[in-house]
Amino acid sequence: MHNRQALIDYTLHLADNSLILGHRNSEWTGYGPVLEQDIAISNIALDLIGQARNFYQYASGLINQGDAGARAGSRAAEVTEDSLAYLRDAWDFKNCLLAEQDNGDWAKTILRQFFFSAWQFYLYGELQQCENSELAAVGEKALKETTYHLRWSSEWMIRLGDGTEESHARMVGALDELWKFTGELFMPSRYEQQLIGEGILPDLSLLRNKWDEKVKEIFAQANLSIPEGTGGVSPWMQSGGKEGRHTEQLGYILAEMQFLQRAYPGCEW
Amino acid sequence: MTEAADISTEKIWLLLQEVTDPEVPVLSVTDLGIIRQVMVQEDGTVELVITPTYSGCPAMDMIRTNIRLALLEQGFKKVNITTVLSPAWTTDWMSEAGKEKLKAYGIAPPTARQSVCHPNLFQREEAISCPRCNSYNTHMISEFGSTACKALYRCEECREPFDYFKCH
Repeated sequence: MHNRQALIDYTLHLADNSLILGHRNSEWTGYGPVLEQDIAISNIALDLIGQARNFYQYASGLINQGDAGARAGSRAAEVTEDSLAYLRDAWDFKNCLLAEQDNGDWAKTILRQFFFSAWQFYLYGELQQCENSELAAVGEKALKETTYHLRWSSEWMIRLGDGTEESHARMVGALDELWKFTGELFMPSRYEQQLIGEGILPDLSLLRNKWDEKVKEIFAQANLSIPEGTGGVSPWMQSGGKEGRHTEQLGYILAEMQFLQRAYPGCEW
Repeated sequence: MTEAADISTEKIWLLLQEVTDPEVPVLSVTDLGIIRQVMVQEDGTVELVITPTYSGCPAMDMIRTNIRLALLEQGFKKVNITTVLSPAWTTDWMSEAGKEKLKAYGIAPPTARQSVCHPNLFQREEAISCPRCNSYNTHMISEFGSTACKALYRCEECREPFDYFKCH
């Protein structure tokens, strides 16, 4: 299959997005602003990490199939969902930069989740109809969960954006920090272009229009304005995550997330 | 399929009624509707197809182990468990007996038809009956609860908080 590498890269990209955002959200566990929201963000983390596992399992199967010949006679270990999560370095990760940005305050976490969930909602909607039955199945499963995430984060967008002077100011601050990472969601990487070209993936510009509409709808209710220079991709939008060029934030996440498996290889409990 | 295999399949379905969800111990895996297929091969190998409730349900690994143990105890040594994601699990697959057991356990069962699985905001809350006093005068506290599959409610009549096994 000539597009195998592109398919592996794309599956890892989807897995990494969910794992890294899931890990970020899990940093709130025990620290949420109120108990119910601590539980909510932890549940969302759990859903995302579950989605990541499904994508990693598919990716590891693809990688092992392709390597079977090369591995025969050697002692190289098979790739597993765990080795993909815990033993790759920052440049191997293909998540969007948005996913790895730090939690900041509750407003920043909410905005990051809203941008991401809106994107995942339309992406999974398309993915469940795609030709690749494995990706379609993970998308179909994840879509129901993502619907909850989108509704939850949208409601918080409105509560904070249209709330008090303080909460509004924090939302505006979060928007200043995060808007520049939204363009990358819709900039097709090399592997996405290949899969779009082969008709396996939908045209990402279709997602962009739906996402823009959703953001406009929620921002209008949240009393927030979309920053200047939108509609298409602004020149100051940041990108690189999909190709393994990350902000410094990712290294810190991996240092914490991977420590145990690096220090005690194969450790289980 | 041979007659012997037919008998085994029936026996396995019965055995699976004894394997419970570790997080909601009153429900068996058959009540939950996560067992999608049971087949016995000519050589006695049991082929099971299961589907997770939520992508990140942490109970799935334990459920797989418990199924293996339950079957092993009855002499089924070779068991292959395949996990499928599509079609995605829905609360519609939960048995009526399971819903009754949930209610008796103090968890409001999922309503018959899902009405909130779309992204519209601040929807009218589903009318959920309190599992203790049956009142519909209840109020959602959070749509995320103690496990991925539950939401948190409070009854305004008896004032008790309760879990609702949410529609999915």
